[in-house]
Amino acid sequence: MAKQDFPLIFERSKAGRIGYSLPELEVPDIDLAEELEETYIRKEAPDLPEISELDLMRHYTALSNRNYGVDSGFYPLGSCTMKYNPKMNEDVARMDGFSHIHPDQPESSVQGAMEMMYDLQTALCEITGMDEVSLQSAAGAQGEWTALMMIRAFHEANGDFHRTKVIVPDSAHGTNPASATVAGFESVTVKSNEKGLVDLEDLKRVVGPDTAALMLTNPNTLGLFETEIEEMAKIVHDAGGKLYYDGANLNAIMGYTRPGDMGFDAVHLNLHKTFTGPHGGGGPGSGPVGVTEELKPFLPKPLLEKQGEAYRFNYDLPSSIGRVKPYYGNFGIYLRAYTYIRTMGAEGLKQASEYAVLNANYLMRQLEEEYDLPFDQHCKHEFVLSGRRQKKLGVRTLDIAKRLLDYGYHPPTIYFPLNVEEALMIEPTETEAKETLDGFIEAMKKIAAEARDEPELVQEAPHDTIVKRMDETMAARKPILRYEKQ
Amino acid sequence: MEFRYLPMTEDDKQAMLASIGIKDTEELFADIPSNVRLQRTMELKKPASEADLIKELAQLAAKNANLKQYTSFLGAGVYDHFIPSVVDHVISRSEFYTAYTPYQPEISQGELQAIFEFQTMICELTGMDVANSSMYDGGTALAEAVNLSAAQTKRKKVLVSNAVHPQYRAVIETYAKGPNLEIIYIDTKDGKTDVAKLKAALDEETASVVIQYPNFFGQLEPMEEVQQLIENQKKTMFITSSNPLALGYLTPPAAFGADIVVGDTQVFGIPAQFGGPHCGYFATTKKLMRKVPGRLVGQTIDEDGIRGFVLTLQAREQHIRRDKATSNICSNQALNALASAVAMSSIGKHGLKKMAAMNMKKARYAMKKLQEAGFTIVSKGVFFNEFIIQLDKPVAEVNERLLEKGIIGGYDLARDYPDMNGHMLIAVTENRKMEEINQFVKELRDIHG
Repeated sequence: MAKQDFPLIFERSKAGRIGYSLPELEVPDIDLAEELEETYIRKEAPDLPEISELDLMRHYTALSNRNYGVDSGFYPLGSCTMKYNPKMNEDVARMDGFSHIHPDQPESSVQGAMEMMYDLQTALCEITGMDEVSLQSAAGAQGEWTALMMIRAFHEANGDFHRTKVIVPDSAHGTNPASATVAGFESVTVKSNEKGLVDLEDLKRVVGPDTAALMLTNPNTLGLFETEIEEMAKIVHDAGGKLYYDGANLNAIMGYTRPGDMGFDAVHLNLHKTFTGPHGGGGPGSGPVGVTEELKPFLPKPLLEKQGEAYRFNYDLPSSIGRVKPYYGNFGIYLRAYTYIRTMGAEGLKQASEYAVLNANYLMRQLEEEYDLPFDQHCKHEFVLSGRRQKKLGVRTLDIAKRLLDYGYHPPTIYFPLNVEEALMIEPTETEAKETLDGFIEAMKKIAAEARDEPELVQEAPHDTIVKRMDETMAARKPILRYEKQ
Repeated sequence: MEFRYLPMTEDDKQAMLASIGIKDTEELFADIPSNVRLQRTMELKKPASEADLIKELAQLAAKNANLKQYTSFLGAGVYDHFIPSVVDHVISRSEFYTAYTPYQPEISQGELQAIFEFQTMICELTGMDVANSSMYDGGTALAEAVNLSAAQTKRKKVLVSNAVHPQYRAVIETYAKGPNLEIIYIDTKDGKTDVAKLKAALDEETASVVIQYPNFFGQLEPMEEVQQLIENQKKTMFITSSNPLALGYLTPPAAFGADIVVGDTQVFGIPAQFGGPHCGYFATTKKLMRKVPGRLVGQTIDEDGIRGFVLTLQAREQHIRRDKATSNICSNQALNALASAVAMSSIGKHGLKKMAAMNMKKARYAMKKLQEAGFTIVSKGVFFNEFIIQLDKPVAEVNERLLEKGIIGGYDLARDYPDMNGHMLIAVTENRKMEEINQFVKELRDIHG
């Protein structure tokens, strides 16, 4: 059968069909046009679909079949922590007493919700070794920015207005320098050394009286633990700067070490990574921020507190950076993270990190024969391979990623971190069984063989997906960002 | 102890250790300096079984007064609207909710197309040319719009109406600290932005004017007058924050010359859930297309010429541009955007107008009943589904009494406006039955004395 364009919901629409059932009006009908000036009355109805309920369900079911989630198969995306999203969490988040409560209800009527939030804050303090946590930030990037704004407020409270620079390793996520800019800082890059770790000499060179903070994730994006973390903390602190921990890679270290113990002053966490919040096809996330006592006065408001047996939101925080989000953050994601933490306990979380690291090292050692391993040492929860050997055969890392689609896998993160040529960044997570890893290893080895023996098979991949490679240049050059009726 | 999310068996573990060439997983952590190692077990609650935890959390949930059991007249930015059953059935499909951002278009066409459709629906509602794939919420979307206007005009002054949601204004203030903007608030008169004061404050230094339409008090702002003022000031941008449901009946902001329109699609298929996650939308003109924060889905073709969708214009974004990106946003609210797209598809072209009108009619009925019962109606102008009444008692106190009667009362405006003691902002959605409205009026009268 010849391939055809898959219809948009607008193309399935037919005038006169409906998919809704609204409540009865009941109250006496009135003519709104009598009250409203003509200028306020919409002339043309927005062209939303007109579709029956069954056809709506078929449309979205078909779309879901054209998508791939963790429940569909292995998803070894580096730095994304695509672990299993427990179904129980979804049920908890949908309980009426959690999902149907208004943020402005009297506090007396939402004590259960506030208790859960307080318990979660307390657990996150213990897991990170921080003194106080604010859950408010909506996602990782907002958590980064929130923490940087607090560090900025801290320096300014000390009359220190010249700390304009934030130091970011060359291996850092793009959000780090972007968040620094949004917070009004200039970002400065610190280089990695030949071991893939931050170069201490270069750090000493870039650090100075203008340093506001160093942003770091540990283990870093290469999956390597920054073993000189204590020296780094000392260098930055001695210069009067603060240490910020990007929690993207926390999944490697729970119960083994904590950002607070490493000398970090502020940390953000991704509840949608380590703590099983589903990624939702790109969100919603949740990015709580934890800080030491010293930075506590600057936390966003309101701050959830416990007084006796009652929970309350404290708005009386004169040094607070203010609100970063309306209401109290992505509460629905807290419920999922909380349910997960309560399911696992201290022992379970430590085991999760142990097996995340064991799985990653097993994969790494199985794959290093066929793919270059730039940093040959034990990794943590993820590792980075280089496709430079395959590149010499004319097969790029992008091609390898696309060929993996034919084998039924979601590819690893590619071309990141930027300090590795043709990077393939692989994070298996602890929720994957050995059989799954072995299947992936076999596929990766087959692709390496294909790259040698029949490179065009890889170069032209994918072959078996519902669409082939997309013309991204055309998409950017002549952007079509909405449907227009023909 | 064994955990159902951890498939590692002892045999697997031994086989893997042997393959790595080590004896114990501890060796994999040996590079963590002992000084920073946690030498004790974390102090967390003991692991709980599924059955026990469900029971415990259900009890915790039961401590909250929920909108299914209580009758709510509380809105102020978050509303109790009807959610069609199809919404949760679609977003519960794990191909959607357990997926990552659609960076691999060949296996993500479902998500990409759903977002492309969402973008189209937002353009239709707002009348704008371009909409992005979502923002965290209406408040941060508005703050990003403000920062974009400053970057685009290279100006630092922003005029924000006091009738903009107070929490949205608070978020604007925090976001404005980075680029060091000056936020000037414009007073209201009779519940609407005071146009004379806006005119006096508006000058060639003004990056943008921010208006909420319908505003926080439910009122329709004098959009034509504001438009004229702004058009007389070259370059100054017009930003509106709009409840997208209201736009089913009301003239879209684009018709009043808006440059950026933002808001929250919580009204479409997203439960209140204590304030989040909701879903911000961001719509603008073609001219600003390459300055938009966040992700955009675009249409293209594959190698066989088949239509498909990809994330596009990524040169704006943090993972490409790093410190030069238009915003730091990465994760957004994709699943909630999907929920809203499903709700908008279900409600559809005709349902939307009907639903918006029903909100207006029921709210007017409630206002009339309260007036008949002797309450002072503060709201003077034309409103959408919210209006203000004046009480002799503090609203917080009245609301505690209403709770005892199974009613969640309106918003206490004294929380944000010190001169509005006893002012209650009442929201009436299509979900309110006539009987519930009558009961609310009766209880309020009883409490009020």
